[in-house]
Amino acid sequence: MAIDMEQFKVTYIEESLEGLDIMESSLLGLDSGTADNETINTIFRAAHSIKGGGATFGLSSVSEFTHSVETLLDQIRNEERTITSEIVALLLTSVDVIRDLLAAEQHNENIDEERIEAVKKQFDALLESDTTSPGQTSSQEIKAESNQEQNAWLIDFRPHPDMLATGNDVVRMFRELTELGKCDINVDTNNIPALEDLNIEDCSLSWIVTLYSTCTKQQVEEVFVWVEDDCDLIISPLTQNESESSIENFEAIKSEKGKTKEIGPELVTKPIDRRNSGDRRTPTKNKTESSSIRVDIDKIDALINMVGELVITQSMLSQMGEDLNIDRLEKLKDGLGQLERNTRELQESVMRIRMIPISFAFNRFPRMIHDMCSNFGKKVELKVSGESTELDKTVMEKIGDPLVHLVRNSMDHGIELPETRAKLGKPETGTLSLNAFHQGGNIVIEISDDGAGLNKEKIRKKAIENGLIDESEELPDSKIYELLFQPGFSTAEKVTDVSGRGVGMDVVKKNIQALGGVVEVSTVAGQGTTFSIRLPLTLAILDGQLIRVGEQTYIVPLISIIESLQIEKNSINSVAGKADLYKLRDEYIPVIRLYEAFDIQPDSRSLENGLLVVVEGDGHKAGLFVDDLLAQQQVVIKSLETNYKKVEGLSGATILGDGRVALIVDVAGVIRVSQHGSNQNINSIHDNGVAA
Amino acid sequence: MEAAQQIDVNSQVNAGVEDQGDQLLTFILAGEEYGVDILRVQEIKGWDTVTPIPNTPEHIRGVINLRGTIVPIIDLRMRFGLETIEYGATTVVIVLKVISNNKSRIMGIVVDGVSDVYNISKDAMKPPPDFGSVISIDFVSGLATVGETMVIVLDIDHLLNSEDMAVVESVGGEGA
Repeated sequence: MAIDMEQFKVTYIEESLEGLDIMESSLLGLDSGTADNETINTIFRAAHSIKGGGATFGLSSVSEFTHSVETLLDQIRNEERTITSEIVALLLTSVDVIRDLLAAEQHNENIDEERIEAVKKQFDALLESDTTSPGQTSSQEIKAESNQEQNAWLIDFRPHPDMLATGNDVVRMFRELTELGKCDINVDTNNIPALEDLNIEDCSLSWIVTLYSTCTKQQVEEVFVWVEDDCDLIISPLTQNESESSIENFEAIKSEKGKTKEIGPELVTKPIDRRNSGDRRTPTKNKTESSSIRVDIDKIDALINMVGELVITQSMLSQMGEDLNIDRLEKLKDGLGQLERNTRELQESVMRIRMIPISFAFNRFPRMIHDMCSNFGKKVELKVSGESTELDKTVMEKIGDPLVHLVRNSMDHGIELPETRAKLGKPETGTLSLNAFHQGGNIVIEISDDGAGLNKEKIRKKAIENGLIDESEELPDSKIYELLFQPGFSTAEKVTDVSGRGVGMDVVKKNIQALGGVVEVSTVAGQGTTFSIRLPLTLAILDGQLIRVGEQTYIVPLISIIESLQIEKNSINSVAGKADLYKLRDEYIPVIRLYEAFDIQPDSRSLENGLLVVVEGDGHKAGLFVDDLLAQQQVVIKSLETNYKKVEGLSGATILGDGRVALIVDVAGVIRVSQHGSNQNINSIHDNGVAA
Repeated sequence: MEAAQQIDVNSQVNAGVEDQGDQLLTFILAGEEYGVDILRVQEIKGWDTVTPIPNTPEHIRGVINLRGTIVPIIDLRMRFGLETIEYGATTVVIVLKVISNNKSRIMGIVVDGVSDVYNISKDAMKPPPDFGSVISIDFVSGLATVGETMVIVLDIDHLLNSEDMAVVESVGGEGA
């Protein structure tokens, strides 16, 4: 059979990763003390699917590891074990391990064997130990009893003829049974029909298995869980202590129980270790910019409807085109109007396919905050709102890290220790809220805490120390807070492993700017800080201002334009006869002649005859001298790099309504080039090349 | 995925070589006949206005919109340092698939006119002699003789490599 298992494997990994997310969030739910059966079952189901799939796809490391997890979960489910915070921590760690295993499989990387072994040991220890833990005597006795009595199971397994058609493999099930203990398997061939009646797709065999194991009935049933409805299954205990091997088994378990006492303390300390290493998964995860996307079926249906309408409009128009006369002009106009509407709707719904709810980015925070709370000894409650706000998948992937950083910052610097909070008369538990909403064509994400707020004086002092500002400089509050985003700035009193190394906030700002967004901070001393990030909904479309220089049309992103104005002769100041400065109210801004920067023929070289577009990029202001302002419109961004290479001063290209290509100006790049004159260098290299 | 596609492209190209030799599309440039592997040719279209890209070498004429894809257009005369002429009725743009650094790109070259399609067996291909003059030997994968005429077979992957295009190298200089 030449079925390409690889494609299913990819799906399996994706589904398992989703399953792990479910496990994680459910486990965190358990943590806050709401252990109901449904939650446990949810976790169990997820683990079971991961295990089953792992075995099917030959990922033995995954299935073996998950098996231990499943066993533990099963005990919890059967109320043989109560949930303690240690167990939850261990399960969370194991979620990380499975995630790593799957990631390693996805990227063909090596597995961190040591770590898996360590976690596995903890599991084994826990699984064997807990029956002796105090306060559990009743269930423990029952278990001990059952151990003594039922150390073997008689399994009568009679599959229905069509069982194999459902894709279940008897061999796999028996292999799983042998994992539980020694098996004697007897096959019953009585039902095999005569050769001429034999249907190769039917299963005519049945088996009687004697399983020598101290496992629970549940565990045996688990093996057959996929085929429950496709077979007659009778599992009955063998009560006689007939076989010696089973007694030996029991002895072995007993002696191991003794050992576990030593391992005990490790259980408590290890999870914290793991939590630190749990943080490691953030960088590894970043590599996984998954290339597939799950789309809501409604969106696809809407798209199909839209395409249907488009086809109808098209056929209407082509019919009209066959014998067109002046009388039908009105109808043609209507048809074209309809075509335009269809096209726009189609574009919108195609864009919507790329949109996913921001909960994908928010989901990691409950876990992160849970881990950090115990690391810092802080009490923090996370409030999330607007998690169904949608944004482009690419933006989502890139906003993850800046968000993590801002949340860490709030946890580390913002929210105070419980004692401090109590002294200040605040509730001991701090609140960190994540909020997302749409505003105009943007998405706004707010991260706010009710912590200490920013210390204006401390920031100022630090900035002076680091030489970012002069001692005499008086800055308005907003400017002071902006200093946070300067490179090499950190006010953390001590360097923690979470934040405070002085890298970060500038990177956060840079990343957000790279996405065409802005980040702002507002704070009230003693009451908290709010960071708000404003991002464009998508990277594929840009709000642009069309400008004209000579014969060429360029697009300047609207977000970087501050204002556009008619140049007044009196405000022009020339420096050394070369550079021009324009006096705008009480500021002097450098003038960049776009025709010079781009080396093209303008309508006019004299500043009075053109317009000045005041732009800001990378914190620098400049005035772009252009011939004319044209329309403002949304443009679809096309990369120049796909078929050519990155060009300094341009961020891409787009196709205008008439089919021509227009280039998109990278404002920050143009300012940089004009400041350092690197375009001059390019030109001179070019000249030399030709002249040499 | 992308890698797999490229392997596909390569094997296609190789298959062509093994079976019946190369099929070449030839074009005229300053009186000489040049050939490119026909499997790399996407389409041939007339010269149309382009959008110039600032701060790029002169031979990059600009970019065009090819059904929604932005495609750079290279003037081959300028690339070779030949005398430029007015674009006329026969001037065409040959759109090619170029593979460099395991990435395939679409680029267009402006030539004086297309000429013919030849089947060229492997034996008919001769290694290029050292020109030392008009064009660098790096861009020539061989010489093919078809009847009386000689066809210069270009190695377009080398010729249109983006690194080369960033800075005009000594090619133009040697000619001048």
